Amino acid sequence: MTFKRYVEIGRVGLINYGKDYGKLVVIVDVIDQNRALVDSPDMVRSQINFKRLSLTDIKIDIKRVPKKKVLVAAMEAADVKGKWESSSWGRKLIVQKKRASLNDFDRFKLMLAKIKKAGVVRQELAKLKKEIPA
Amino acid sequence: MAPKQKARNPELIPGVGKVSRSKMYHKRGLWAIKAKNGGKFPVHAKQEAAAVVEEKQPKFYPADDVKKPLSNKRKPKPTKLRASVTPGTVLIILTGRFKGKRVVFLKQLTSGLLLITGPYKVNGVPLRRVNQAYVIGTSTKVDISGVDVSKFDDKYFGKQVEKKKKGETEFFEAEKQEKNTLPAEKKDDQKAVDAPLLKALESVPDLKAYLGARFSLKAGLKPHELVF
Repeated sequence: MTFKRYVEIGRVGLINYGKDYGKLVVIVDVIDQNRALVDSPDMVRSQINFKRLSLTDIKIDIKRVPKKKVLVAAMEAADVKGKWESSSWGRKLIVQKKRASLNDFDRFKLMLAKIKKAGVVRQELAKLKKEIPA
Repeated sequence: MAPKQKARNPELIPGVGKVSRSKMYHKRGLWAIKAKNGGKFPVHAKQEAAAVVEEKQPKFYPADDVKKPLSNKRKPKPTKLRASVTPGTVLIILTGRFKGKRVVFLKQLTSGLLLITGPYKVNGVPLRRVNQAYVIGTSTKVDISGVDVSKFDDKYFGKQVEKKKKGETEFFEAEKQEKNTLPAEKKDDQKAVDAPLLKALESVPDLKAYLGARFSLKAGLKPHELVF
């Protein structure tokens, strides 16, 4: 049991508490044992406690405290957004958000779709069961 | 808009104007009006005072002075509609015999109540009034442009008052049986309102089934977190 995700310059993290909850940020500098300086294209560079940060597998290549433009360019080059949205963690969050935003009609349509899918699965299962010699 | 005109006599301090009385007379041009009118200021002809009717003293009046209640000229306005409730919105009724039914909102009546319809063929809810407080407004909207609701008002839905006859019990029973059926006129109104609505519903897939189903809270649903 070793550690695989380290706090380093360029590590992408997810804020899991506070005003910026749910944002993907890049660690741009480490202030002390508890805090880091983080930055993201849509927020002002600020300090955050590590306890409020969840580290991800994504890391980008930047120097310590880069300028905003350089940071944004590096994020684009490493395709942080794409990697995040294709990772299983990222996909789960997207699904959670979608589910939370469903309106009443959407939930109804979802229910119909689930019933339909279950019906199709059950039909196939019945076919397979028939093939088994009794 | 044209630029604001400067005040003729700006107030320097409260109660003290910039321009003196005589200068104001000149500024207003009263001298020109007088000159136009031959040296005198034009005056409206005096209106004849309406003839005063002599009021007779009443025969009886109360011994003590009766206090008159203060006059109240307040006119109540119809309840303010929530932002989520607009004509054509699908509403979820929360109380009454139609609780849980999803229903189409047509318009707000002058009493503040909401006029709704099932449509009747879809879920059995007729043209009806409902209070905004017992309703959830969803974000689903139906196209209501083809429906004419101008003829419906609170009087249409009021209880029909029948003259009570002091007859025998047999008489009463016969009358009661007559009242229970809906007059044909109301049935026609229902059909007239529902026909264009049904057409609008057909255009959206699953919408008819949606309106036919009742809403209920299932396990795991948290109303305060649900987006309607």
